[in-house]
Amino acid sequence: MDVLNALVAIANYVLIPGIAYGSQLALGALGVTLIYGILRFSNFAHGDTMAFGAMVTILFTWWFQSMGIHLGPLPTALLALPFGIAGTALLLLGTDRIVYRFYRAKRAAPVILVIVSMGVMFIMNGLVRFIIGPNEQRFADGARFIIKAREFKDMTGLREGLAIRTSQGITVLTAVIVVALLFWFLMRTRTGKSMRAYSDNEDLALLSGINPERVVTYTWLIVAALATVAGVLYGLDKSFKPFTYFQLLLPIFASAVVGGLGNPLGAIAGGFVVAFSEVTITYAWKKVLVYLLPDSLEPTGLVQLLSTDYKFAVSFGLLIVVLLFRPTGLFKGKAL
Amino acid sequence: MKKLLMATTAVALMTATAVAAEEIKIGVELGFTGPIESLTPQMGAGAELAMKEVSDSGKLLDGATVTSVRADSTCIDAGAATAAAERLVTSDGIKGMMGADCSGVTGAILSNVAVPNGLVMISPSATSPALSTAEDNGLFFRTAPSDARQGQVMADIIMDHGIKTVALTYTNNDYGKGLADSFQSAYEKAGGTVTISAAHEDGKADYSAEVGALASAGGDMLVVAGYVDQGGSGIVRAALDSGAFDTFYFPDGMVSAKLEETFGSEIDGSMGDNPGTDSPGAAKYAELVGDAFDSSSPFSPESYDAAALIMLAMQAAGSSDPAAYKDKVMDVANAPGEQIFPGELGKALDILKNGGDIDYVGASAVELIGPGESAGNYREMVIKDGKITTVKYR
Repeated sequence: MDVLNALVAIANYVLIPGIAYGSQLALGALGVTLIYGILRFSNFAHGDTMAFGAMVTILFTWWFQSMGIHLGPLPTALLALPFGIAGTALLLLGTDRIVYRFYRAKRAAPVILVIVSMGVMFIMNGLVRFIIGPNEQRFADGARFIIKAREFKDMTGLREGLAIRTSQGITVLTAVIVVALLFWFLMRTRTGKSMRAYSDNEDLALLSGINPERVVTYTWLIVAALATVAGVLYGLDKSFKPFTYFQLLLPIFASAVVGGLGNPLGAIAGGFVVAFSEVTITYAWKKVLVYLLPDSLEPTGLVQLLSTDYKFAVSFGLLIVVLLFRPTGLFKGKAL
Repeated sequence: MKKLLMATTAVALMTATAVAAEEIKIGVELGFTGPIESLTPQMGAGAELAMKEVSDSGKLLDGATVTSVRADSTCIDAGAATAAAERLVTSDGIKGMMGADCSGVTGAILSNVAVPNGLVMISPSATSPALSTAEDNGLFFRTAPSDARQGQVMADIIMDHGIKTVALTYTNNDYGKGLADSFQSAYEKAGGTVTISAAHEDGKADYSAEVGALASAGGDMLVVAGYVDQGGSGIVRAALDSGAFDTFYFPDGMVSAKLEETFGSEIDGSMGDNPGTDSPGAAKYAELVGDAFDSSSPFSPESYDAAALIMLAMQAAGSSDPAAYKDKVMDVANAPGEQIFPGELGKALDILKNGGDIDYVGASAVELIGPGESAGNYREMVIKDGKITTVKYR
């Protein structure tokens, strides 16, 4: 019984939040890694692209809600998601046309593009705050829980509760679908193959007749979809506040780098590695150990490696360790 | 030369009349600019209302009039606040100060200006526990309670419900940390156990990690010393979602209509407190103020009381000299004597003049304890059927 209680406690406080957070990071890191692989720069505006996508989706969600359109137990935001993606795609293509294309034509060094993307980041940041305001917005509706903690306790008779929120279930499911679609696209379709070719060797790809502008356009479209999905899932699961998306940039970049920049598989793995390091290192293991260990060995302290305040320090630490010892990341990506 | 002589005579004459009916200046030093600039107009107006009431009655020190001299404490800039206070003392010649407002600048003015110049200060709103032990030569009082007091009240309420172990989380700033520390020491003194005292940062999207640590430490109840518009609500939401805690304790930063709105009956059985009183003083103050300004604005009643106490103490001492009346502040504020409510300052002056005793209750039910600070009045409440319900006042 104690072992079961310990397992449920781990699942409730570590596994389930970790998987949901990891999926959100993985989707974000996929966007960063695609831009790095194909357009060859680190896009600092990605966090705010997510915020913009989530914002458009929220505005459509509110509109649908006001018209009385609902998805039953599912959040209405899922219905608004395609519109959010379309809005973000327009923004990204517009940005590319106005800003990035100029630097691409000049074959600017990646470091210049990084700085340019920072400028874009501040503008998007301001745009989102200007439109929806800097405050927290709630847009989740539908059923909040798949399993409630109290119901789980009554059902199983265990002392520990297990809660799974609808948003967590949707996050994981959507992430799986999106990742499957992305890989099918990259591996099986002609456009996907041309994107990979462009990523591997730009000059060779040009020689074999691949239209670079077409590749760039498709990349931005996919990034818009990934960023919006990631942003909406994060907002549904946690809460939407423009500033927190800006802060997400660090764990997202950590995920992409840890996995290997430019490698989509690595981005997914990196997302989960970062999420689980953050959660397990800042979790207080006392409760689990009390269940597992005999009375005489019970810990008196909290058995917490780092206070939860240092969550971002974990991403930073991981980033530094990987860059020092394995600059190409866990999966073979491009060296920074 | 003739003109100069005339002028001198005129000035001399004027001073002579001023001595007959003294004109007393009282400084009102509040943060008219800065983080609490939305509160200070009502605070200043409250203090000046008391001064006007006293001046109009003509009973203070045989017909003295009281005028207010405003100065900006900025709430945060100790240098600017000290300079402004210095100006009040040296160039305006104030006899007492209603202020300052924020704890930091109040401490700075106290040690740099009030103590060296022997000036009495009564702050309506500085709540830092550190001011209780500040070196003040008996010159500093406050009509606001120390945050340490709320910690004691929280410990009492939780103990009264027979809850012996709690987890504690606080917003990571001076307010949260001070309140958490004072609660923890009071609760542990009363025999309770705080399993964990963890800070949380405001403005984050997700508090599940913080709640994970709190849940792991365990406890029968979670004390959330935070803000309802900020991380406090996030903590409660995450704790409810993960089933970590069912009941909570909410200090003043958490008690608001938003709490009912956000959580409703999900937090039934939780309890809390916020400053409040069932004394009729507040209603009388509101009546006195009328439509002039918002009398329920935080610390506005306390400001009225602070100014009133200065003038009543002067009357009791028969002098506007701070060195003389500083010892009378506690006497007029506390029992024994006739209870005095807002609007009755004239009556109080009469009683004092005839050598009687008064117990100033005022707008905020003033009761000065210890080193001259308000005992504080708190409303104990529980959440019942999703509504905040008052249990009693303590």
